[in-house]
Amino acid sequence: MEFEPVIGLEVHAELLTKSKMFCGCPTKFGAPPNTQTCPVCLGFPGVLPVVNKKAIEYVLKVAIALNCRINRHTIFERKNYYYPDLPKAYQISQKRLPLGYDGWLEIEVDGEIRHIGIADVHIEEDTGKLIHGEEGGFEFSLIDYNRSGIPLVEIVTKPEIRSLKELEEFMVALRQLLLYLEVSDCKMEQGSLRFEASVSLRPKGSSELGTRVEIKNLNSFKAVLGAVEAEIKRQQQLLMRGEKIQQQTMLWNEKLRITEPMRTKETAHDYRYFPEPDIPPIVITDEWLENVGKNLPEFPKQRMQRFVEQYGLPIQDAKLLTASKASADFFERCVSMLQQPKTVANWMLTEIQSLLHDDQIGWEDCPLKPEQLAGMLKLLNDGVISGRIAKSVLEEMYRTGKDAQTIVNEMGLVQITDEAQLRPIVDRVIAENPDAVEKFRKGDEKVLGFFVGQVMRATKGRANPQIVNKLVRELLKGR
Amino acid sequence: MRLSREDVLHVAWLARLELDDAEVERFTWELNQILEHMEKLKELDVTDVEPTSHVIPITNVFREDEVEKPLPREEVLANAPDATEDAFRVPRIVEES
Ligand SMILES: [Zn+2]
Repeated sequence: MEFEPVIGLEVHAELLTKSKMFCGCPTKFGAPPNTQTCPVCLGFPGVLPVVNKKAIEYVLKVAIALNCRINRHTIFERKNYYYPDLPKAYQISQKRLPLGYDGWLEIEVDGEIRHIGIADVHIEEDTGKLIHGEEGGFEFSLIDYNRSGIPLVEIVTKPEIRSLKELEEFMVALRQLLLYLEVSDCKMEQGSLRFEASVSLRPKGSSELGTRVEIKNLNSFKAVLGAVEAEIKRQQQLLMRGEKIQQQTMLWNEKLRITEPMRTKETAHDYRYFPEPDIPPIVITDEWLENVGKNLPEFPKQRMQRFVEQYGLPIQDAKLLTASKASADFFERCVSMLQQPKTVANWMLTEIQSLLHDDQIGWEDCPLKPEQLAGMLKLLNDGVISGRIAKSVLEEMYRTGKDAQTIVNEMGLVQITDEAQLRPIVDRVIAENPDAVEKFRKGDEKVLGFFVGQVMRATKGRANPQIVNKLVRELLKGR
Repeated sequence: MRLSREDVLHVAWLARLELDDAEVERFTWELNQILEHMEKLKELDVTDVEPTSHVIPITNVFREDEVEKPLPREEVLANAPDATEDAFRVPRIVEES
């Protein structure tokens, strides 16, 4: 029998607010442990949480962008459980009335468009971070509450993802959207974007849902894809042997590339949600909703299409440039200063992309500014520098943050176009290579390139190639 | 609906309360009293009443996204039963959130 996987995803993204969800503590990543806390996020008795308005607006943006219906009258609820990552013994979250529900996100797999249903988009607070240790037989956890109370958006899909390919496309599209909305930096290595997956199998063509298994604590696309793939295999083997799938929660073992049951108590969770009495209800007025909707950015797909029409770029280039908002913004800013979209696109997608790749960073963190690229391309246009020098200038700009003109002046990289200066060099190269001269006499035009190359080398790439070409011909003929 | 002894023990476990036999007895009786009282409310006709989550008629109490000074770490850790130089320390609990 052939089986078909049914995959659902829960995504947590930390919101980019400067302060926490219910208090004014800063949210900076990497601060020393327990230096960004206060009585509110430490869960002291008698404190009063007050909602960060920006966090609500960010989640509203996400809900609208995911085509959700909006609960215009919404409340916070307490999710009760005992675990030391949560100093209050409850998490302030949303359950009955999430900000957004019943939406979808469009993905494209093998040229086919699919809408993946979104069940729920809600806001909640993040928990503290635990580090487990052991000393002389005493097993302990160290707790850092800096993360406690940072606002999160939780996005829950409907169980509508049907393949690993769709799963990957969904994650890429969702991350892209969150970055476009500028509501989260989505840095997975810093835990800003985290996943939980649910997986079940059913006979192909059936519409029933099988027993679902959850996989927790997935912190990268790679972990999600690896874990889901392994879990599908595990369930397939069980079903083939005629065994039942147990409903349970698993963890991903990256080393062994298997999913393993989580060590957990037998009792099912009993969160006893109830309305958070300390926070009055939230009403999303028409005016507020309209305002947030009006200020949404152009979405990736629309921007890609516009890049093709407005700048005459090939679809593939437009797709790559609009893959992140940062690169699309870079491109448009640069083109506004230098109206050569194709040249700008080429430099971005080859040279700059490879520098970013070497440093393993994205366009969001690109140290090079569009002004610098435009300045360098102007020098290239004006013949001040040669194409070969341009690459070195670009790298120098990227590393030092200086502008192109400064680098060219400091390093003496100005292109040599003066024939009087180039002639002796060409003469010398010809004199040093009698064999090649002989070949040229016999009609081998290809050696011209060899001579030009030698002159370029002798001038460290500063010679103007057209002029060198002309001189080489002239001087060879004169022999 | 009547609460059983097991229900009371379950609720006590969720709140991490340790009850002795006499307390279990007492709380079973008291909680049932409360529930019985709530049952009485069911006699009211609330067809046209909107569900209420909060009793005070205010909405949208917000703060702007502004950073305030956090507590100094010495103060944060001052009352902790156990702590290292920079973190709270608790016995490890196997159960995950
Ligand atoms: Zn705080």
